[in-house]
Amino acid sequence: MGLFVLRRFGVMILTALCLTFVVFVLTNLEPNLEKLAKTQGNARMSDEQVETWLSNRGYHRPVAVKYGEWLGVLPGYVIEGTDGETRGRCLRGGVDPADAARFCGILQGDWGFSTVFKEDVWKIVLTRLGQTAKLMGWVMAVMVPSSLIIGVLAGMREGSKLDRSLSTVSIVTTATPEYVSGVIFITVFASSAVGLKWFNGSATSAMEDITFLNFTLPVMTVALYGMGYIARMTRASMTEVMTAQYIRTARLKGVSFRNIVLKHALRNALIAPLTTQLISDIGYVFLNPRIRIS
Amino acid sequence: MENLTWTGSLGTILYPTLLAAAGLFAIAVVLQILTSLVVEPYRAQTLPDGRLSRRGGAIGLIERAPQYLLWALILVVLGYLVGGVVAPYGKAGIVGAISKQLTPVWIALVLTYAASIRYKRRLGLYGKLFDSTVGMIGFGIVMFWVYTAFFSSVGGMIATHDPLSQVSGLKNKLPGTAVPNATDFAMGAHYLLGGDNLARDVFSRMVLGSWEVVKIAPLATMFAFMVGITLGVPAGYYGGKLDTVLSFLANLILAFPVILLFYLLVTPEIVLTGIPSYMAAVLFLFPVLFATVFLNARFRTDPMKRNVILGVVVGAMVWAYLSLISQPGTVMNFLPAALDLFNIPPGILVVFVSVVFVNSPTVFRIVRGLTLDLSTRDYVAAAQTRGEGPWYIMLWEILPNARGPLIVDFCLRIGYTTILLGTLGFFGLGLPPESPDWGSTINEGRKLLSIYPHPALPPALALLSLVLGLNLLADGLREESLRD
Amino acid sequence: MTEDTPILDIDRLSISFFTRLREIPAVMDFSAKIMPGEALGLVGESGCGKSTVALGVMQDLGVNGRIVGGSIKFKGRDLCTMSAEELRDVRGSEIAMIYQEPMASLNPAMKIGRQLMEVPMIHEGIGEKEAYARALEVVTDVKLPDPERILKSYPHQLSGGQQQRIVIAMALMSKPALLILDEPTTALDVTVEAAVVQLVKDLGKKYGTSMLFISHNLGLVLETCDRICVMYSGEAVERGSIEDVFDKMRHPYTQALFRSIPLPGADKNARPLVAIPGNFPLPHERPNGCNFGPRCDYFEAGRCDQGVIAMSLIEGDDRHQTRCLRYEEIDWDAKIEAGETKAKAAVGEVVLKMDNLKKYYEVSANALFGGGHTKVVKANETLSFEARESETLAIVGESGCGKSTFAKVLMGLETATDGKILLDNREIQGTAINDRDTGTVADIQMVFQNPFDTLNPSMTVGRQIIRALEIFGIGKSDAERKARMLELLDLVKLPRAFAERMPRQLSGGQKQRVGIARAFAGGARIVVADEPVSALDVSVQAAVTDLLMEIQRKEKTTLLFISHDLSIVRYLSDRVMVMYLGHVVEIGTTDQVFSPPYHPYTEALLSAVPIADTKVEKKHIVLEGDIPSAMNPPPGCPFQTRCRWKSKVAGGLCEREVPPLLTLAEGHEIKCHLAEAELRGMEPVITIAAE
Repeated sequence: MGLFVLRRFGVMILTALCLTFVVFVLTNLEPNLEKLAKTQGNARMSDEQVETWLSNRGYHRPVAVKYGEWLGVLPGYVIEGTDGETRGRCLRGGVDPADAARFCGILQGDWGFSTVFKEDVWKIVLTRLGQTAKLMGWVMAVMVPSSLIIGVLAGMREGSKLDRSLSTVSIVTTATPEYVSGVIFITVFASSAVGLKWFNGSATSAMEDITFLNFTLPVMTVALYGMGYIARMTRASMTEVMTAQYIRTARLKGVSFRNIVLKHALRNALIAPLTTQLISDIGYVFLNPRIRIS
Repeated sequence: MENLTWTGSLGTILYPTLLAAAGLFAIAVVLQILTSLVVEPYRAQTLPDGRLSRRGGAIGLIERAPQYLLWALILVVLGYLVGGVVAPYGKAGIVGAISKQLTPVWIALVLTYAASIRYKRRLGLYGKLFDSTVGMIGFGIVMFWVYTAFFSSVGGMIATHDPLSQVSGLKNKLPGTAVPNATDFAMGAHYLLGGDNLARDVFSRMVLGSWEVVKIAPLATMFAFMVGITLGVPAGYYGGKLDTVLSFLANLILAFPVILLFYLLVTPEIVLTGIPSYMAAVLFLFPVLFATVFLNARFRTDPMKRNVILGVVVGAMVWAYLSLISQPGTVMNFLPAALDLFNIPPGILVVFVSVVFVNSPTVFRIVRGLTLDLSTRDYVAAAQTRGEGPWYIMLWEILPNARGPLIVDFCLRIGYTTILLGTLGFFGLGLPPESPDWGSTINEGRKLLSIYPHPALPPALALLSLVLGLNLLADGLREESLRD
Repeated sequence: MTEDTPILDIDRLSISFFTRLREIPAVMDFSAKIMPGEALGLVGESGCGKSTVALGVMQDLGVNGRIVGGSIKFKGRDLCTMSAEELRDVRGSEIAMIYQEPMASLNPAMKIGRQLMEVPMIHEGIGEKEAYARALEVVTDVKLPDPERILKSYPHQLSGGQQQRIVIAMALMSKPALLILDEPTTALDVTVEAAVVQLVKDLGKKYGTSMLFISHNLGLVLETCDRICVMYSGEAVERGSIEDVFDKMRHPYTQALFRSIPLPGADKNARPLVAIPGNFPLPHERPNGCNFGPRCDYFEAGRCDQGVIAMSLIEGDDRHQTRCLRYEEIDWDAKIEAGETKAKAAVGEVVLKMDNLKKYYEVSANALFGGGHTKVVKANETLSFEARESETLAIVGESGCGKSTFAKVLMGLETATDGKILLDNREIQGTAINDRDTGTVADIQMVFQNPFDTLNPSMTVGRQIIRALEIFGIGKSDAERKARMLELLDLVKLPRAFAERMPRQLSGGQKQRVGIARAFAGGARIVVADEPVSALDVSVQAAVTDLLMEIQRKEKTTLLFISHDLSIVRYLSDRVMVMYLGHVVEIGTTDQVFSPPYHPYTEALLSAVPIADTKVEKKHIVLEGDIPSAMNPPPGCPFQTRCRWKSKVAGGLCEREVPPLLTLAEGHEIKCHLAEAELRGMEPVITIAAE
């Protein structure tokens, strides 16, 4: 078992490395660097100036080396620029080159400095992650139980009216991406022109202070799309279990329908959606950028 | 010209009926579900005359009521639509006018259904679709949008205005607003679903937006399937290292957040480097490869015949392929204009490539799983024992037997592609900003959503209904292919 | 309740399934009575409605099935009109059911103990402690070792035989009055089946339970039941006591059934099996009048195809009834018209020779988590034999004996680890199929077990045969190949119109014929038939077997017939090879193997096979335990864990050394440590009582 977990973990790290590398390469392509130079330096730089600006800041070196530095497995660059200033990866904030650390990648906790937000990337990531975690925590808390319940109720008697109604609901939710349900929810619940005006449609205020009013809609929007998938999966798993021989055995043993569902079917039916789907779903939910309504 | 109300004179009778039917239906459904949780299911007995006994009393009524109410509801809706087509323009309000505009679609739908139901026993899986209510509804919705897209763009019907023309004074106007200076009762007398914040007609934009989806989504899905199949079948059949590597790559792409991937692929800086063009060159190569291997495996025993068939088919495909990837103004521009069969607007090509790229790993996983399952069958062993090559076994013995689940997934995946296209439009990626596609329109309408919901709502509902239709169609197909 | 009221009284029961298109009658006018302590056998081919009867009794017909007529009375109460609650009380406590797949009948996520204890806790309202004690007692009764450990384990931790014992235990937990067994042993190996059947019989007596035993195997019913009911196409055609029906059958179908199964007296050349002509009618295509009419030898037009035929009572016998209008006219004792006696084909040169063939697999011990140490599975251990032209060599053994691995190595799907395979004195053991030349590939072909899996479902029958011809390079043009394909259809006695059909339009037997045609497409000289008829119905088995024999005679093919069914092996093979856990334990001519001296395993195997003949007497040898896993074979002699003769060998030799092959007669070899004198002193297992 330990070995299995270890292997899984290894694959995960490998995936993360490949992912970041691809993103790194794509953002370090020539046209992107040029754009960077112009936004950072001067929008009216000549091509030559762009060249020197970039090479002074170490952008003109092999991608693999830059990636290594970013990771923190290669020592950070120190370049004496053509303009006489010495720049280095680890020399931010006026550190003396002699005192500076040799390595400063994400492994050393240096996530870089966002030139857009004028803040350490680490801090940005942290606050973003915090907000995301809050939103996703609520989304999971709403989505998982409700979708499992819907799936089990629909799947326990295949073809019944309850099944048909709940299946329709879950199909509709899978057909509603976040940007569509967002529009519909705002129109119905938050629009100032028509609708019920129950909630606050803008989630920007939720950044600072989460209240029921401003947080319900975003949570509902994100939860809804995932809910259909899990519910349909649970239903499929549940209907399959309900036709299994051992359910017939239980029925012919005289077990009541309630107990068949609760004692015999439920555990078997929930294995599949819980193990396969939810794990990847947590990943999905976290990686997907948050959909802010308005 | 007066502004239109929602239902005009039809509404006076039908509206109360609609409200009553809908309300009662909702109550009946809830009541029925609640009773089904409490009351034991009824064990029907066969009566002496061969009929089945039915549960009487209040519970019996509760069990049957939703059915009747649903029929009533459908009748009312049909009344609105038929009334709109029949009544003179303007009398049946906005709903009626829209229904009138859609007349060609109604005719096409009725003809399709009549022909299909008439000959359903001879039409294989497609015919069996008409045995399932869910499948029929789904197919109806999908065909509604296909016909709408076709008639509005190719036929020039349905849309009342040019999707790009702006009429001053109609900025953000409500549905049913009359167009100033329009001739009476003519086409385009009203902005049926109102105007957007650039004073363009929302209805026409929504109708024409369907064409953007219908022309890209199925084709992109097909390419994704080609890629997924060509890689997934060998991965499942051979297993081992090949499988490990390909599965890892597939999982890698799936681990990418879709939006980030799109941002990276679609931004102009990256388009400049030519990466999307190179990716197109690789992704579009798969159909050619697939066809070559497919035909070669089948006709390997008869080299003469094989050479002729391969020459013709693959030759044509290679030419199409070369014209497809060769675009003036990109890094891939090698074919002389005389030989270049068609050119695709670069924006569309990028969108196309990214959608194929995102979809194919999932197809790969499905195909791989199916292959793993099917390769344990005896007919595969029989093919092996008579010394068939691996590609024949994969493409002629295994693949055709995986078609059922693949067709179902194809429908689902078109739906997913539609959502992806919407996402692209929503984030303003790829397609030109003035394009009437649903994603872009929703994005534009979103900005003033709290005050003017009417420009964003129609495309949102349109997208929702098309994807819903595709999902229902897939469900119907799955149900029917599992039967017998 | 007195002794005279039947436990179960089914009266004119009709059950239908309703599809969107039509009503499909599954059971029609079915009556049966089971008295207390009695066991009724319900026999018929697949699709005859016997399982539907059982489900009808349980009132568990699903959404589409419905009882459309008649009544089912259990201890005088009609089950059909009971409410759901009353039914729940009866199920499990008064009527219990056991069915085919033991693994599928147990809840994988629940401990065995829980599943057992649940029954009395629901029905008798007793506490956990008491229920646990009861479970322990019943598990001991079904002869499972270490009951306490078993109660704590999950189903997947037990073997197939143990699981079936648990299912039986579960059925007996509340001491039901009626036990329904639906093909309870079909998924099990023969020796395990024998033990389970013995157990069911003993427990039935001990608990005084009445039984409804459903099976397609007449031999099993003979061993377990007091009365029998034969079903055909939804109707009971004959019922009565075992003796009456087996020895004085009064329905043509019953007679035809007995003539189509290989009983000890049958012989492929002198007294061949008589197959029932035609096909089983589909439920919605049943003929008028007698359902069996179109396939019956005694059919009389104008009489047998009119109206509804009722059951008639046969005077003088004990409640013996038949659904035949002509039962009084037919001469039931007439000998089978001796078909042409076929001359035995002369056995020719040696075509195939195995010399010390070995096949080992390396598997990682822990497949799920990968890595770790690998284990060697010895699938085939020193396999040596010869096969000649026109000869049928049967390879007999239960699951895990290595017969399928051997077939794979021979076909070239796997390469041998060691030893030689000589085809016409050419070594082919190391050449994989893709490296073999077309001639070699065409020479060795295979007929597969499962007819529903052997043909590609999305290709026409003709196309599949033509593809084989293309691959084997037969015929110069498409037209020539098409002509050859039609000839092949003729060869396997299928109408030429079948060339255009899709496999799903064919019955199991027809599919198997196409499989045979495909195997012979390249003029195969050696055909490996891997249980070619075991998945077919009894009446079709005979026809397919005969077809194989006939083609063999015509084409002088060497047939390697892999089977676990000793009756059919005795009927058609010239020589027999018995395998156990990868070892050949006995090889010899059919007569040598089927008469003493035996290898102890052969002896047990012979005793385990049920024979549907009241005149046959068998010695009862019940093997203990299950077949060891090939992953973890016992040391020494592979059979030593279950051998009843082990004590006769001094010094625990069996546990230490693999025995050498002992030649007892010309061509008869046995792998056993027993002294020759002991072996020669063995008594025959099967004796046929003199008529």
